[in-house]
Amino acid sequence: MSLAKSILERQDYPIVSVCDQNGHIGNPELMPKLSDSQLVSIMRKMVFTRTWDQRAISLARQARMGLWATVGGQEASMIGSEAALRKDDFILGSYRDIPQIVWHGLPLYQSILYSRGHQKGFCIPEDVQALMPQIIIGAQIIQAAGIALGMKKRKSDNIVMSYIGEGGTSQGDFYEGLNFAGVFQVPMITMVQNNQYAISVPFHKQTAADTIAQKAVAAGITGVRVDGMDVLAVYKVVEQAAERARRGQGPTLIEALTYRYGPHTMAGDDPSRYRTKEEVEHWREKDPITRFRKYLGRKGLWSDRDEELMIEEAKQAITDALKQADATEKMTVAGLIDSMFEKTPPHLEEQKLRYITRGGK
Amino acid sequence: MAQMTMIQAIRDAMRVELERDPETLVFGEDVGKNGGVFRATEGLQEMYGEERVFDTPLAESGIGGLAVGLGLQGYRPIAEIQFFGFVLEVMDSIVNQASRMRFRSGGRFHSPITFRSPFGGGVKTPENHADSFEGYMLQTPGVKVVIPSNPYDAKGLLSSAIRDNDPVIFLEHLKLYRSIRTEVPEEAYTIPLGQANVVREGGDVTIVTYGAMVHVSLQAADEILKMKGIKAEVIDLRTISPIDIETIAASIQKTNRAIVVQEAQRTSGVAAEVIAQINEKALLHLEAPVIRVAPPDTVYPFAAVEDEWLPTPSFVVDAIIQVLEF
Repeated sequence: MSLAKSILERQDYPIVSVCDQNGHIGNPELMPKLSDSQLVSIMRKMVFTRTWDQRAISLARQARMGLWATVGGQEASMIGSEAALRKDDFILGSYRDIPQIVWHGLPLYQSILYSRGHQKGFCIPEDVQALMPQIIIGAQIIQAAGIALGMKKRKSDNIVMSYIGEGGTSQGDFYEGLNFAGVFQVPMITMVQNNQYAISVPFHKQTAADTIAQKAVAAGITGVRVDGMDVLAVYKVVEQAAERARRGQGPTLIEALTYRYGPHTMAGDDPSRYRTKEEVEHWREKDPITRFRKYLGRKGLWSDRDEELMIEEAKQAITDALKQADATEKMTVAGLIDSMFEKTPPHLEEQKLRYITRGGK
Repeated sequence: MAQMTMIQAIRDAMRVELERDPETLVFGEDVGKNGGVFRATEGLQEMYGEERVFDTPLAESGIGGLAVGLGLQGYRPIAEIQFFGFVLEVMDSIVNQASRMRFRSGGRFHSPITFRSPFGGGVKTPENHADSFEGYMLQTPGVKVVIPSNPYDAKGLLSSAIRDNDPVIFLEHLKLYRSIRTEVPEEAYTIPLGQANVVREGGDVTIVTYGAMVHVSLQAADEILKMKGIKAEVIDLRTISPIDIETIAASIQKTNRAIVVQEAQRTSGVAAEVIAQINEKALLHLEAPVIRVAPPDTVYPFAAVEDEWLPTPSFVVDAIIQVLEF
């Protein structure tokens, strides 16, 4: 297969891949220019994220965490895409996109507080450009267009990275966001993590289109499909889309083909009701961590020992984050009331009084 | 001082605010070259450029998302929803997004957005153009809702809305756009949000109302004075969320009787909220139950029977007699 000068200029939406299931670089010309330490950093984040996912699943079962939308299987699309951004780029995600926000700078303990509904979980540090995940499917895509238009007006060279699932592409706001982004030619990337199911409804019941990437045509923007289990390919595609956006060449829609190994969330979903063991096994053979481990191992950059140490480090960090979350001062109704307006109006001051006089704060 | 219609006063408020703060933006459907379907933004694009006054694609939800996103980047958006009947398309941005921005960013971000929109009946619009949907907004914590009744108030209230660092829904009654002229200063001035205005003083009964119904109520006050010598006090709420209950309660302490007049359907909404708050703050001053004057709980009947459906001065006069004869 001959490759076009830019992988984003193809119109037939081939699946861009760099590293195959055996850890071999099939397309060396698409290999992103990453230093050894950058490669190792990506692996560390993926292993951390999988360890965190497993721990979060058990914490959610014990009711020590609130909502957890499982991320196992999607590490490459999540971490590869975030790694290709600059620190001052803006991230807008859906509820499964906690890892990208954490790797963008949100302290882990705050993500736990967020899941518990604690307001401190929403307090994004000043140097982290992100909103906490969006629950309303598609709302983040129209907001992304607005943030990106603001960046363009300010003549900054930042971009907005927005995430949604393939189910979310059925929502009107997904298309409105892409259309606005196209009309205003703003620096926005929308990555659709096509993990094949929107809770239980399979991809082919969301759309009659063969790909999500081709939906870019309707908005007059660039579309591309990438192997979402291949962290190097994801990095490369996002890096190119980001460069284009920074140069004023407009938005890109990226479809990353991936799979969620676990349930939709830990709130009672049983995936065996809607998909087969064989299918899960088929996708596990493409596992993003396994193939990257093989690649790094062959280069002498990663060993079993490295991985064991990383898992231990992750477990310790999660334990520390839990302690910090548990030790955070309790949220109060009075504080909640004061978060509604710049200045709390008299009628709300009056409502607040009841909670203070009852001994609350 | 210049005489202006309400549409001119609204345009003038946007002009002075665009002049005052370079972060202020005006956008929506047809607001650019065309100057808005009612000419509320006429000439603003010529004066301030396409970077600051611009057309969007025809998608209300997208306009709401754009406003929220631009707010996150430090801009002060004035987003026009072409008719308030179309607001349901953008409710998510108002109710779930803009109103929650302080909460869901721990105060890091806010949504200094003004959603401007024409609404209201009596001008023979097509279907879905005249509905009084303001009641839906009352149950949304985190937004303020403003409805001016005259050109002077419109300019001062709109300036306040634009300068407010939280989302404000600013509703402009279609029937008032060109039917009244008042003196309006050319310079910028503000009228505080959340403050009602006693537009006519009287000691016998309090009429609480807003928007076009202020004028219907004033006419009724004239009629009942002529008919029976009854002096009605008329309160123009101006801001319907939050409601200025202090002004209403003070009036009721004097009159001991009240009615609430609204153009929106009877159930729930502003009148119901006003009466609930009167119960909390002024019940013991009342000598009769508070009565609502409002259209029936039907869909808005565009054109054919709207003049009969909408409250007229005679509905208001009847209600006044009812509370006085209780």
